[in-house]
Amino acid sequence: MTDASMTDAPFAGRPEAGIGDYFALLKPRVMTLVVFTALVGLVVAPVPVHPFLGFVVVLCIAVGGGASGALNMWWDADIDAIMRRTRNRPIPSGKTTPGDALALGLALSGFSVVVLFLAAGPLAAGLLAFTIFFYAVIYTMWLKRSTPQNIVIGGAAGAFPPMIGWAAATGDIAIESVLMFALTFMWTPPHFWALALFVKSDYGDAGVPMLTETHGRRSTRRHILAYTVLLVPVALGLGFTSIGGPIYLAVAAVLNLQFLAGAWQLFRRDETAAEADGYAAEKKVFKISLGYLFLHFGALLIEAALRPWGGSWQILSALFGA
Amino acid sequence: MTMQVEHELHHRRKGRNFGVGLLLVAFVGLIFGLTVVKTLNLGDIVDLERADRAFQPAETGTGADQ
Repeated sequence: MTDASMTDAPFAGRPEAGIGDYFALLKPRVMTLVVFTALVGLVVAPVPVHPFLGFVVVLCIAVGGGASGALNMWWDADIDAIMRRTRNRPIPSGKTTPGDALALGLALSGFSVVVLFLAAGPLAAGLLAFTIFFYAVIYTMWLKRSTPQNIVIGGAAGAFPPMIGWAAATGDIAIESVLMFALTFMWTPPHFWALALFVKSDYGDAGVPMLTETHGRRSTRRHILAYTVLLVPVALGLGFTSIGGPIYLAVAAVLNLQFLAGAWQLFRRDETAAEADGYAAEKKVFKISLGYLFLHFGALLIEAALRPWGGSWQILSALFGA
Repeated sequence: MTMQVEHELHHRRKGRNFGVGLLLVAFVGLIFGLTVVKTLNLGDIVDLERADRAFQPAETGTGADQ
């Protein structure tokens, strides 16, 4: 028996994943948005939460989001292998097996929901379970490959975390948490469609209907404008609830004006104009959309931080003597 | 004859096992912390019970007599 046969033979044919490959199954980049919005939902809620419980809640929401990512990779392994962007994911690159992703996804789903139930009660746990089900089954298995509105539906799953954070603190659903959900939900389509206008995707080769390909780029521009118009009242409306204030409203006014002006510009121009300047306007709108959500939730966080001093309305009126 | 099986895969497995071990320890810590926090919060319930008994002393007495 040679050294070579002793060392290699038992390991041939089966991928051996490292811990980093399992972590990659959880879509860590998506998780950052989930963690941030969930944290904001938890912090802005009117009921204070013990810091350790808050940590556990955010951890469970992050792990639940990661679990749905693993289930998504398990189901979509066939199309991930076709598309350039997803070709290096753990399953198509052969680092993990589809069975590993399924097992990890199911185990972490169970873990996150049960621990969230123990930490924060049935409503938050139920919402997290529904989010995982929605993303893995409704979006990934059912609608992603059957409708060009898939981005809209997928966006709903990404919009739940602040609502879960709020429910974990208050045990309730309120207008504030519904509007935080609506903000992320309405933001997702124009954000992704602006990207789709200037990045050449291969979703078509994988059989995933994208609006740019099924309805054309003209229609995509119309959709971007329509969703941005619908987004504005949601974003501004949040400013008049108990978690809003003048700082949030100022930030929202500037950002929504920018976003709306960009969407209007995209609507007005055609492909010839876009190609002429290398999709400059489309890239600009996408860039605005990147900061849009982060700054809105960041402003809510600032409003919550000022609450011990009476809130930003009171601070401003004290400063200006109103 | 000593048999030595050296493979890159063993290093990867070692890393994975170490990672799983750390995760299990973190899980134990998480549940322990959760238990401590939840138990400390029970203090409120004890206070509530005391207040309730202070307001209704006769009820407990009557129950014992019967």
